[in-house]
Amino acid sequence: MQKIEDLMRAKAAAVLADGAADCVLAWKRGIFPYDHAPALFRRGDDLADLVYDVFCPANLAKYLLATSRAGERAAVFLKPCDTYGVNQLLKDHRVVRDRILAIGTPCGGMVDVKKLRGAGCGTILAVKDRGDVLTVTTAKGPVTVAKGEVLLRKCLACKGNAYQIADDEIGTPRGTPPAPADRYAEVRTLEGLSPDERFAFWRQELSKCIRCNTCRDVCPACTCEQCVFDHPGSGVDGKAYVDTSQEALFHIIRAFHVAGRCTGCGECGRVCPQGIRLDLLNHKFAKDIDAFFGPCQPGADADSPAPQSTFRFEDPEPEAVTRQDDRRDRHA
Amino acid sequence: MNRDSMIPVVGVLTKVTRETGDVNTYRVEKPGGGKLFEHMPGQCAFLSVPGLGEAIFSITSSPTNQEFMEFSIKRTGRITDFLDEGMEPGQEIAVRGPFGNHFPVEDKLKGRDLLFIGGGIGMAPLRSVVNYLLDHRADYGNIDVVYGARSREDFVKYDELTEDWPNRPGVQVHLTIDRPQEGWTGHVGFVPAFLRDLAFTSDKTVCLCGPPIMIKLCLEALTDMGFRKDQVYTTLELRMKCGIGKCGRCNIGKKYVCKDGPVFTCDELDDMPDEY
Amino acid sequence: MLKLELRHLGALLDALAGQGKVYAPFRQGGRTDFAWYDGTAGRDAAALDLEHHTARAPKDVLFPQVEDLLRFRQQGKKLGLEAAPLPTESVVAFGVRGCDTAGFAILDKVFLQDPADLYYRARRDSLTVLGLACGELEETCFCRTFGLDPAAPGGDVDLWLAGGALYWQARTDKGRRLTEALGAAVPFTDAADTTADTAAGAAADAVPPAVAAQRDAVHASYDRLPLAELRFDDRLYHHEREAFRSPVWESLAATCLTCRTCTYVCPTCHCFDVRDEKTAPGTTERYRCWDSCMDRDFTQMPHGNPRKGKTERFRQRYLHKLVYFPEDHGGTYACTGCGRCLQACPVSLNIVKVEQALAADLGAVGAAPDGKGGAQ
Repeated sequence: MQKIEDLMRAKAAAVLADGAADCVLAWKRGIFPYDHAPALFRRGDDLADLVYDVFCPANLAKYLLATSRAGERAAVFLKPCDTYGVNQLLKDHRVVRDRILAIGTPCGGMVDVKKLRGAGCGTILAVKDRGDVLTVTTAKGPVTVAKGEVLLRKCLACKGNAYQIADDEIGTPRGTPPAPADRYAEVRTLEGLSPDERFAFWRQELSKCIRCNTCRDVCPACTCEQCVFDHPGSGVDGKAYVDTSQEALFHIIRAFHVAGRCTGCGECGRVCPQGIRLDLLNHKFAKDIDAFFGPCQPGADADSPAPQSTFRFEDPEPEAVTRQDDRRDRHA
Repeated sequence: MNRDSMIPVVGVLTKVTRETGDVNTYRVEKPGGGKLFEHMPGQCAFLSVPGLGEAIFSITSSPTNQEFMEFSIKRTGRITDFLDEGMEPGQEIAVRGPFGNHFPVEDKLKGRDLLFIGGGIGMAPLRSVVNYLLDHRADYGNIDVVYGARSREDFVKYDELTEDWPNRPGVQVHLTIDRPQEGWTGHVGFVPAFLRDLAFTSDKTVCLCGPPIMIKLCLEALTDMGFRKDQVYTTLELRMKCGIGKCGRCNIGKKYVCKDGPVFTCDELDDMPDEY
Repeated sequence: MLKLELRHLGALLDALAGQGKVYAPFRQGGRTDFAWYDGTAGRDAAALDLEHHTARAPKDVLFPQVEDLLRFRQQGKKLGLEAAPLPTESVVAFGVRGCDTAGFAILDKVFLQDPADLYYRARRDSLTVLGLACGELEETCFCRTFGLDPAAPGGDVDLWLAGGALYWQARTDKGRRLTEALGAAVPFTDAADTTADTAAGAAADAVPPAVAAQRDAVHASYDRLPLAELRFDDRLYHHEREAFRSPVWESLAATCLTCRTCTYVCPTCHCFDVRDEKTAPGTTERYRCWDSCMDRDFTQMPHGNPRKGKTERFRQRYLHKLVYFPEDHGGTYACTGCGRCLQACPVSLNIVKVEQALAADLGAVGAAPDGKGGAQ
């Protein structure tokens, strides 16, 4: 890991020095072994704090909205899965291509601090990445944890180590976490439930929502100037739920709004402070769009027609989605 | 203040006066007549439009008025639009107040020559003070009122300004409009420049209220004329939800405009972060 | 001090429920949070979690995320108004850590300060807090920065989990009343009976060895925490102007998402909105709900916004905690070191990073003055 970090620092210094970029989006070392924050480095900033290891899950793509809008050319370090977000922002015309210097950055999977705690690491004082295992110094002594056991959920649905957009690359691609046999296995499990059971599942999940808006604010597909749920004139704005239909309204509308544009980056599921499985909701949409209107992997490129806004004669009628038989046939 | 600090009382709208193209004065009384509650000049109250919410306004009428309270309100958003379009005399309305401090009519202004400077709807809180002083005339010195509006039609309470106040002993009213207008024989020009022309002596105590840019430029003019910032009182307007310093909206530095203000001297403002 | 075998926790919960609504930490789905012990599935003695820290502060018990204020009924020109009844029902908060009882004390400073918020006061008066000494600490803990002791929770009753038992010490009249009211329904034993060193009159407040040992262990593990020596720089609130104008805000705020996570998990954040909801023709419910100064709408006025962008909103949240609140409350920070924002922020920004960046920037300002003389 040390080596990648050094290459990143050198690259950041070079692009800032030769004017190839006005700023660099990367991760900055925190106060603990794991709390690296996304940061904007500029000329003159100390790059010694630029860090890269298994605790850099944040997708930096969304920050390109601000830099692009400010007319700045930003060099951005992108893990393979983050590159999907940049393409989608380009396809949605939310960022300007000339203002992005995309630097592919190898990733072998990011670690979930909560899982690490759950794996017997109560008070995390230091973490050493030894490839397949992590050695964690805790208040009660060293603990060795298999990395595969503590990867973020989003990394278990890894889309591989290829960059979908990159003007430059750092290092060599890493071995990714073993590709899941079926990225949509959990979605299929939910589909197998009866409508009542599914309703109960989602009612239970969404009832935990405290409307912090973090899922929306982190989402590279949520780029509205002013969200309808914040707009005082929209009639659906609100800051808390007064009845249980509202939490469902918020999340379902949001899922519909990002459908066909959600790249499956899984950040919504990672950041939810209440642990709601928002990734499953969005994956369900992604799976159906792929099956019925696809093949479609949002963010795989920046210019293919978007399934939701392109009519084809062979497109199925909407009720196809609700017909279990139809679905099973297609996936047989 | 008690529990009712978050709970309004119900009054009845008894009169709506169209003052300008976008300003109305709303008269509110108790359903059986009389005032809903006592207040001091410069204090504010929330008016409710059920379903849309509450907004806070300065109370325009004088505390000495025992029959009713008045609010002069400009259309600026959903609540004020509804007040204009959806309210008519006889309609009951929820009012919550009074909130905040007030102009120091009981001490600092007493015995002083006073200069009131208003711009546009900013005259609303000052009107409460002037009428209060006129009802306690002996306690105060000379009163000068400088009031600027976009045009002749944009003065709020024009009749009071031209027919009542100038006829009171020791009261001078100086009106100005932004651009020349047919039939207007008074002064034309912006308030800060007019102030310099009027060349007031710097021994007066000033109450200043208007749009932020006018306040800024008037303050520069007053400073040039020899006024100290602690001689100048002004009021701040910020978004508020509770009125009792809890909800956090009107927090500027360690102050809460709803309870520590809205009236501040300009040197107090200098000590606050520039976020108003 | 009283002692209760852990196998009686269920009996204790039920006995407490006889004294009021019980708010306690339950573990569900791999996370622990306060919830009402009201018969909901999964909230029972087995799920009661006195080990893990809760993801969110228990502030809802005093300041619910949504609280009804009143109901309007409109009929023609008539307007009826019914205030929501004051919430006077007895409530017991069970297992509140020292950082969170300190959070209650900060909310008290806000809501009970004249003019008091009577809804809050009603909840406060009817709440009995059962404090819980910390056992396992998290590396994000920094309560001692604010003079708190993780082994002295400061509730109406303080509890220690030690030596396989729960120790119970009433500290206030409220706590003693609750202890008496529980009476024989809970099989407490006198903790002093089990100790050998009660020669000096078996003082009721003698500390049993198990509790003393647990306390020492917590203090020792605190000393090993990464933030054990963290001190907030008191110069900050003596230099409001410099803190406000510091260049650090621009770079710190650049990657903040301005979501409300930090606000909502925080034990001291207390901003609220007042909103109306039309629930039927002619009927409007008015409620208040949590709000965040990080929200764009927070200070939006018809003619503009005095806080123009993300940087200004981000600065407000931290200056309020680090500067404005201590200025207004004798040096008390609006932070209790619970560490929740350190764990919850989706982009790993938090009050410690902000304080350190700001203090470093103000390093040039000089030592903390006696008064505010240096603020010019």
